Amino acid sequence: MERLSEKPNQLAALKAAFPSTVPVMTGYACLGLAYGLLMAANGYGPLWSGLMSAIGFGGSMQYVAISLLVTAFDPLQAFLLAIMVNARHIFYGLSMLGKYKGLGAARILLIYTLSDETFSLVSTLEPPEGVRPRDFYLWISLLDYAYWVIATVLGGLLGRFLTFDTTGMDFALTALFVVLFLEQWKKKENRPAGVIGLLCAALALLLFRDELVIPAMVFILAALLGGRKRLCT
Amino acid sequence: MYLTPLQTIAMILAVAAGTQITRWLPFWLFPENRKPPALVTYLGRVLPTATMGLLIVYCLKDVAWLSAPHGAPELIAIAVVAALHCWKGNVLLSIAGGTAAYMLLVQAVFV
Repeated sequence: MERLSEKPNQLAALKAAFPSTVPVMTGYACLGLAYGLLMAANGYGPLWSGLMSAIGFGGSMQYVAISLLVTAFDPLQAFLLAIMVNARHIFYGLSMLGKYKGLGAARILLIYTLSDETFSLVSTLEPPEGVRPRDFYLWISLLDYAYWVIATVLGGLLGRFLTFDTTGMDFALTALFVVLFLEQWKKKENRPAGVIGLLCAALALLLFRDELVIPAMVFILAALLGGRKRLCT
Repeated sequence: MYLTPLQTIAMILAVAAGTQITRWLPFWLFPENRKPPALVTYLGRVLPTATMGLLIVYCLKDVAWLSAPHGAPELIAIAVVAALHCWKGNVLLSIAGGTAAYMLLVQAVFV
């Protein structure tokens, strides 16, 4: 429900949201440009990159899908693979049930655009005084979404003219996750869960290499549920 | 283009459908007009930090730990991020500093 006493100030919400999305812009610029370039190299121009990004929004799966676009037509495989690759989103939804409660129609956009990076921001940050949570989360989500779509289109258009060596610039996203991990680490009660996340994922990486995400999710769930009594206190 | 435009659109929709199911599933299972089970509320509280740990490890999945430089650029850059963040506490500065350090390391130091 909206509180009637507060006038929604979208500009203030945008001003509050924008700085936190700058690292995402940097990371998406690199990964999105590279994606558009790769799509173009496979015969799918900027329009196709843009369509895929706008509708199928989800970086890692979009990269996987490039290989599916250059073999025999198999949408069922694409559908199932998208579920597997993106299974981690289930954790994001579970984490955001509380914060995204009662936000009305905005919820549709918030859930539609809930990427890794957007999740990391909205789950960690709180809106400043005078900015409605709904507007704050929505601006973060829409800015991130726009960065990705625009970057992939630009990649398809002018990727080949890039002369600046961007190698390593996508580390911005790793750095973003590290910083947000540290932000959550500040609260003592979050620490056991953080250690569980790191250790379970490291174990899954050791055992399953590239396919670590789903085993890591299983390990994390088992550890969090097993340690519930202790973590709750 | 390998596929026809119509086939490509079908592929885009298939990717979107699979991706969106993973985003919507928790919200379908636990609609907002009903109180979710205590276990789900508990998971909602502890999962964000655990998931951030998973995302960090996921970002490092392609690092070749067993061959030179043994993940040194990544580990050094993460140390720079953490040090900057503990020192100044400025999110943008920490990320920009760490990313610049990483680019320098992979482009000029560990080549």
